[in-house]
Amino acid sequence: MSTTTTPSLPAAAVPGRSIAAWWQAAPFTLVFALFFLVPLALIVMVSFWDFNEYELLPGFTFKNYVSIFAGCGDASEGLCVTLKTYYSTLKFSFLVWLITLVIGFTVAYFLAFHVRSPGMQTLLFVLCTIPFWTSNVIRMISWVPLLGRNGLVNQTLVGMNLIETPIEWLLFSDFSVVLAFVHLYTMFMIVPIFNSMMRIDRSLIEAASDSGASGWQTLWNVIVPLSRTGIIIGSIFVITIVMGDFVTIGVMGGQQIASIGKIIQVQTSYLQFPLAAANAVILLAVVLMIIWGLTRLVDIRKEL
Amino acid sequence: MKVRESRPASFWPLAIFFALFVLFMYGPMFVIFILSFQGPEGGLTFPMRGVSLHWFSKLAEGLGVVDIGAALWRSLGLGLAVMLCTVVLSVLAGLAFRKRLAGGNTLFFIVVASLIMPSIIVSLGIGLEFRLIDNGIKAVLEWLGMESALEGYGTSLGLFTSALGAHLTWTLPFGLLIMFAVFNRFNPAYEEAARDLGATPWQGFAHVVLPLIAPSVVGIGMFGFTLSWDEIARTSQAIGDVNTLPLELQGLTSTVTTPSIYALGTLTTVVSFVVMGITLALVWALGRRRKGRAG
Repeated sequence: MSTTTTPSLPAAAVPGRSIAAWWQAAPFTLVFALFFLVPLALIVMVSFWDFNEYELLPGFTFKNYVSIFAGCGDASEGLCVTLKTYYSTLKFSFLVWLITLVIGFTVAYFLAFHVRSPGMQTLLFVLCTIPFWTSNVIRMISWVPLLGRNGLVNQTLVGMNLIETPIEWLLFSDFSVVLAFVHLYTMFMIVPIFNSMMRIDRSLIEAASDSGASGWQTLWNVIVPLSRTGIIIGSIFVITIVMGDFVTIGVMGGQQIASIGKIIQVQTSYLQFPLAAANAVILLAVVLMIIWGLTRLVDIRKEL
Repeated sequence: MKVRESRPASFWPLAIFFALFVLFMYGPMFVIFILSFQGPEGGLTFPMRGVSLHWFSKLAEGLGVVDIGAALWRSLGLGLAVMLCTVVLSVLAGLAFRKRLAGGNTLFFIVVASLIMPSIIVSLGIGLEFRLIDNGIKAVLEWLGMESALEGYGTSLGLFTSALGAHLTWTLPFGLLIMFAVFNRFNPAYEEAARDLGATPWQGFAHVVLPLIAPSVVGIGMFGFTLSWDEIARTSQAIGDVNTLPLELQGLTSTVTTPSIYALGTLTTVVSFVVMGITLALVWALGRRRKGRAG
C-alpha cells in the first residue's frame, strides 16, 4: 500500500511514518475490533446456535430463523407476528422520517438563507442543538404532564368546552411515539442539512433569480438538489435510530407497542440469545438494505 | 439594491415556524423543570400545589429499591472514563489519519458503520461476547480444577469492561469526525517551522500542535462525557448486574408516579449543562491564552 511514496521526499526525513501512523491508530482500531466487529460476528454465529433454559448450545441450526417466521407463509391467517412487527416498525420509521425531514429542512432553510447576521445564525443554530444534550428519557417523560389524561392539553380543551371527556389517545399511543421521536431526533436532520446548505454558493441562487426563477423554482431546482447530501445523511440517522429503537417505543407506547428492538430486548431478558441474535441479523439486513438504497443517491465518503 | 435589503415575503411565515419549533423543543422540558418544584401535595401534572424542594429531598432519600446516589456515581465514573479514552484515542487516530495510513479507508468505513448501526444490535453483540468470555473462563477454571475460584467468579460484564466498550463505539466516531474537521483547517506550516528549528516529533506535538487544537480537544471531551452520561440503548444489554443512571431512570418511568422523577430529570439535565458550561469556559480560556501569547 505504501509503494506510492513521493520520490521527492527522502525516506530519512519521514522515518517509518506509516508504521508510526499505525501505532497511533492501533488503540482506536482495537476498540472497534473488540467492541464492534467481533460482537457483530458473534451475533451472526450465535444466531445459528441452539439454546435451552439456562445455557447456549453451540451448533448449527436454522431453528431460530424458522421460529421467527413461523406462520408467515399462511396467508389466510393474516400477517404473522414478525411481519406485523416489521410493518409497524417501518411505519414509524417512514412517518418519523417524513416529519423530521419537512421540519428539519424548513428550519435549516430558514437559518441558512433567511437569517443574515452570522452571529444570529450561530446563536439560533446552537439553540436548536442544546436539547440534544439532555437525557432522552427526560425529554420523553416531559410529554406526560402535557399529554396525560389530566394533562395540560386535555385540561385546556375541556376548560374551553371543546371536548367533554379527555382524549385518551394522546399518551401511550402511536401518536405519542411519533411525537417523541420527532422531538428527540429532528436535530439529526437539521445539522447535516444546515451544513450542506451553508456550503451552497450564494451566487447560484442569485443566478437562478436573475434567470427568472420563482422562489419555489429556486428552492426545488437549486437548493434541494444541492442539499441532497445533508438530506441523505440525516435520513440515514433518523431511519436507523427508529428501526432499532426500543426505549422510546417502550416509554411512550406504555410498553404496549411492539418493535423489533423491543422483541430483541425481551428475548435477551429471557436469555434466549440465539433467537435475539437471529432477530438482530434480520434487522441488520433490513437496515443495510435501506441504507444501501439511500447511498445509491449520494457518495457520503466523498462529501465529508 | 433596495430589493436585497427588504425581507422576502416568506421570511415571516418561516420565522414563525422556527419560533414554534423552538417552543416545541423547549416547552415540555420547562414544564417538567417547573413541576419538579411542586409542593408536597403536588402531582405529576398542573396545577402547581405550592412551591418547594420536597421532591428533591425525596429523591435524596432514594426511590423505592433504587439507590439513585450509587447510580449517579457509577454514571459519573463511567462518563469520566469514556471522556478520557475518547480524547486520547480520537486525538491519536486523528494524527494517524493525517499520514499515509494503510487501511485507513476501511477503518473509516467501520467507524461510520458503528455510528449508524442500530444500538440494540451493538449492545446485544457486546453482551453476547462477554457472556461467551464468561463461559470460556469458567471452562478453564473447571479444567484447572480451581473450585474456589469458580465459585467466586461472577461475570466479566461490567461498567469498565463491556459498558465502557459499548459507550466508546458511540463516542469515538464523534471524536474522529471532530478531529477530521480540525485537521482540515489546520495549517501545517507551524509544525514544519518547529521541525526546521529542530523540534522532535514529540516536542512538535506537545508545544505546537496540541495548544493549537486544544479547544477542539476539550470539545471532544465534552462530547464523550455527555454522550455517555445520557446513553441507554448501547448500555442496556452490556452492563451486567448494576445500572447507570439513565437506565435506572428508564426503569423508574413505569413505577414512580410522583414528581420525584421530574426532580431526577432536572438534576441530570443540570449535570449535562454544568459539563457544557465548564467546557465552554475552558475553550474560552484556552482561546484567550493563545491570543494573549500571540499579542
